[in-house]
Amino acid sequence: MTAVRVPVRSAGGVLADLKPKRDGGDPGWLAEARLNALEWVGTHGFPSRTDEDWKYTGLDPILAVSFEAAIAGSGPRVTADLISTASIDLGGPRLVFVNGHLSAEFSRLTGLPAGAVVTTLASVLAGSPDRLEQFYSHTPGEHHAFAAFNDVFAEDGAFIHLAPGTTVDEPIQLVFFSDTEGVPLMSSPRSVIIADADSRATIIETYAGINNDVYFSNAVTEVVLADSAQIDHYKVQNEPVTAFHLALLDVQQARNSRFSSRLIMLGSSIARHEVRVLLDGVEAEVSLDGIYLPQGEQLHDNAIFVDHVATNCTSHQLYKGVLDGRGHGVFNGHIMVRHGADGTDANQKNKNLLLSDRAEVDTRPRLEIYTDDVKCTHGAAVGQMDDEALLYLRTRGIPLEAARGLLVYAFVQEMVDRIELEPLRTQLAKLVADRFGKRDRPVEP
Amino acid sequence: MLKIKELHASIDNKEILRGVNLDLKAGEVHAIMGPNGSGKSTLASVLIGREGYEVSGSVQYDGQDLLALSPEERAAAGVFLAFQHPVEIPGVGNMYFMRTALNSLRRQRGQDELDPVDFLSLAQERMKLVEMDQTFMSRSVNEGFSGGEKKRNEILQMAILEPKLAILDETDSGLDIDALRVVANGVNALRSEGRAMLVITHHQRLLDYIVPDYVHVMAGGQIVHSGDKDLALELEANGYAGLTPRSERAAQVGVTV
Repeated sequence: MTAVRVPVRSAGGVLADLKPKRDGGDPGWLAEARLNALEWVGTHGFPSRTDEDWKYTGLDPILAVSFEAAIAGSGPRVTADLISTASIDLGGPRLVFVNGHLSAEFSRLTGLPAGAVVTTLASVLAGSPDRLEQFYSHTPGEHHAFAAFNDVFAEDGAFIHLAPGTTVDEPIQLVFFSDTEGVPLMSSPRSVIIADADSRATIIETYAGINNDVYFSNAVTEVVLADSAQIDHYKVQNEPVTAFHLALLDVQQARNSRFSSRLIMLGSSIARHEVRVLLDGVEAEVSLDGIYLPQGEQLHDNAIFVDHVATNCTSHQLYKGVLDGRGHGVFNGHIMVRHGADGTDANQKNKNLLLSDRAEVDTRPRLEIYTDDVKCTHGAAVGQMDDEALLYLRTRGIPLEAARGLLVYAFVQEMVDRIELEPLRTQLAKLVADRFGKRDRPVEP
Repeated sequence: MLKIKELHASIDNKEILRGVNLDLKAGEVHAIMGPNGSGKSTLASVLIGREGYEVSGSVQYDGQDLLALSPEERAAAGVFLAFQHPVEIPGVGNMYFMRTALNSLRRQRGQDELDPVDFLSLAQERMKLVEMDQTFMSRSVNEGFSGGEKKRNEILQMAILEPKLAILDETDSGLDIDALRVVANGVNALRSEGRAMLVITHHQRLLDYIVPDYVHVMAGGQIVHSGDKDLALELEANGYAGLTPRSERAAQVGVTV
């Protein structure tokens, strides 16, 4: 494909000078979809703080970097040790992507039952691209410029298809690792998860990289659940603080399906994780949890949109933030209950703990309800550390820093406890505890 | 063990302690009684290092300047306070909390830490003292505990941490007679040659169970009377108002008023 250089009307920045590198390999509809998306970005520009959904998240630091699109085969410093440090190896199927492209060397496909396809987007694009048409055929810019940008550049990522009735017992691990020494790279992983009726799987996405590398992960994951399917999704965002991370998790749920998302935000300079859930079939249930722990100069933005379209659906959200240093957290949770979505049960809770007087959190829980027969609650709280509890711990001999760590850990404990997968819970408990207290690691009740 | 001299403390420019003098030796149990607002709990707060007070005077503990130490350093030196209002800490398991506390103390003292198994057997043994069962240990610290359970949990911590100087602040408040007996039995079991106790109470009742060696009366931020255990009975009979200043008993134990 001939590279098209698109002028960016607003927001500006060198990102828009990027050109898609695939040439000729795409089927016509895909080449056209990529062009449309690129043109959309050119016309509309990147979001700015005048956009409601991006009000608290300045993108200038991302737009100021001259990124190159990452290509397959890069990442000379990646080792098996780095990968397993980033993402504890659970022994089951594991796809490792380096700079957004599959690294076969570190990947493994074992423990998969018949009926479960776990492969890469690149191989589907090469072999049967038409299976992906529905995922590229949305209106360009339907969500925002970065999702459109992913349309333009996405060449690889995970492709998971569970046939009706298939249960994958072992968690499927997707590791997105970056190694971009010297040249700032943008990777655009695109993952597609299709769960047919009555299928079930657990999927863990981990994002990490090498300290001091400057790069930009612009990830999109799409999940489509058919009737009574169940997907438990975990995401650990632990990129180095020199990296940027913008992600969209887009979920569609049919009748009686179950989806859960557990998010742990630790890393990146600027990170935004957006979850969009369409509850399209009756009695579907979704549960979205997150913890975000910005410190230093980090920004962690959580955008959530749950769209109750069908009747008798349930949605739960619980996000907790611990903000230290000049860390900045955003919770922008929006529940939409459409006309006719009777019997909706939706709740949304956001709690924040400020550890420093320079830390900031912006919390906006929103309910938008167009029907009467609903049960909806929401609430947000921002608090500081309980001095009395701190004193209590210190009088028992627990030093100040460890006491602070213990109280922070207690605040997020509820979230860690919700992680059902044992080795992952232990690993995350350690990651969280290490962040707030070097000793006295509370990894057990 | 503890020598308090001319201790003054104020908060928000209001003087609460106005020259407290007190001398505790190892093995002794001293009770401090006095009406509300007399400064009893402030004395406890200053001794454990609660922030927010302007403090002058001196407190020598085991030859150290206690006031120069942080709360955790005081704990490591063997000072313990059983809180009047123990804090609830949701999300921190009681067992984990106590093991962390004990190991923090042991580390600061250069001792080896106890592993979870050794700690469990220690905790189980000490739990008998306050008639607690193990379900308390798997709950969050004080969360949802009744008043009596919280106080027993304080005494359990004392039994596990084995302080040299234990300060009990209104440990009897809010306890029914059975709970009071359990708590007092626990405290009595912990009396020892090497340990001093300062029992702060509003009521004489506690002192029927924990019989002190000395009783002090605090009023207006000072210790105004001192005597032996019979002083408590006298107070019970006549009230604080019935006491004459500088009683004979105060002179006997050499307390400066």
